[in-house]
Amino acid sequence: MNALRTRVIPVLLLRNESLVKTVRFGKFSYVGDPCNTVRIFNELEVDELMFLDITASREGRGPNLKLLADIADECFMPLGYGGGLRSLEQAKAVFDIGFEKVCINTAAIEHPDLVTELARHYGSQAVVASIDVKAGWWSGATVRTLAGRRNTRHDPVTWAMEVERRGAGEILLTSIDREGSWQGFDLELVKRVADAVSIPVIAHGGAGTLQDIGAVVKQAHASAVALGSMVVFQRKGMGVLVNFPDAEQLQAVLA
Amino acid sequence: MGNLGSMLNMFKRIGVKASIEADPEVIRRAERLVLPGVGAFDAAMTRINGVPGLLDVLRNKALIERIPVLGVCLGMQLLTRSSEEGVLAGLDWIPGITQRFPKQDGLKVPHMGWNIASLTTPSALTEGVEPQSRYYFVHTYCVQVDDPSFSLMRTHYGVDFEAAIGRDNIHGVQFHPEKSHRFGLQILRNFAAL
Repeated sequence: MNALRTRVIPVLLLRNESLVKTVRFGKFSYVGDPCNTVRIFNELEVDELMFLDITASREGRGPNLKLLADIADECFMPLGYGGGLRSLEQAKAVFDIGFEKVCINTAAIEHPDLVTELARHYGSQAVVASIDVKAGWWSGATVRTLAGRRNTRHDPVTWAMEVERRGAGEILLTSIDREGSWQGFDLELVKRVADAVSIPVIAHGGAGTLQDIGAVVKQAHASAVALGSMVVFQRKGMGVLVNFPDAEQLQAVLA
Repeated sequence: MGNLGSMLNMFKRIGVKASIEADPEVIRRAERLVLPGVGAFDAAMTRINGVPGLLDVLRNKALIERIPVLGVCLGMQLLTRSSEEGVLAGLDWIPGITQRFPKQDGLKVPHMGWNIASLTTPSALTEGVEPQSRYYFVHTYCVQVDDPSFSLMRTHYGVDFEAAIGRDNIHGVQFHPEKSHRFGLQILRNFAAL
């Protein structure tokens, strides 16, 4: 028996001082105040939380440390942060506040050595490589940076193997095309990446039902599942409701 | 050391005064000791050995004054004799060794996630712990104790290993209590009441 539970991780998007939810990296909806939302997730005893500041890289700024400190004060669960991290010093500030993982995306492409340096200083388990993938019109799916704006033309599988080689401990794999769509994960993409690396792959983008969660773990070999819309909205097209799937129901689809 | 801030937050939540210290003079006055730790075994031992007087004070507090000690994650591994992660000697306060997870197909290392741990030897540290309590683990190396009486909780990831160990006033937990919701809170409350 393997006692490890599959992690189900709400991914929360920060924009200025607010939490928002996007559809295909655009079309922002206001979700609420980050600290209030985090308090609810703490009470729901979720496995882990990941925060992504979606405007930091675009605006060329670092993390909002004051806000992150307020979040960490409320949370007794593993916390990850991504957005605008470009140096060891910035990452250290995030760790010192009480986060245990940093997520590197744009900076990993521009300065791949940063992944290695972070892993050497803080251990691979603290370094999540975030890979945003979008299908092209003419070519296959490619890796994007700057919150989806820049096409790096990297192949997702090749890039995933590269970040693993450089010391990333996990991959947060986001399908931009499915993000906020409620249409289910891109199983083919997740499977190709998960089968190519030996570090855990967190599948992100598209979850709409419990069955989607079961499918991406069982069919596409994701180690963990990230949820966005599902945990902040009642249903597709409906209002904000911070929620988390029932443990027994999750167990049933993951078993 | 990513878990220090969270550890302080959690002690604050349960009303226990705690601070981060490396100064032997301050540690000399401590009533309880937490050895946290994220990172590599040798790096941690080198840092402990590198502060003049620190190791002596720690030994004195743990083995002579016998105040309650809690090693967390790497801090628990430091309580053992040695680790396959490094070449330096551990503190050797609880007889046991730290080993790497065996290479196995489909077994992703580091082990990272929530496990349910089963109670082994009863201890004040685990008093009142519910059977289905779950804890958050992040580690590449795991501890095996020499004698089952030093095991307080065990769990499984590829192999069975120690989730919590203890001997007299000295304790260790492989998981992160400060990141394990009310389940971890209970362990820290128990520790604070020792």
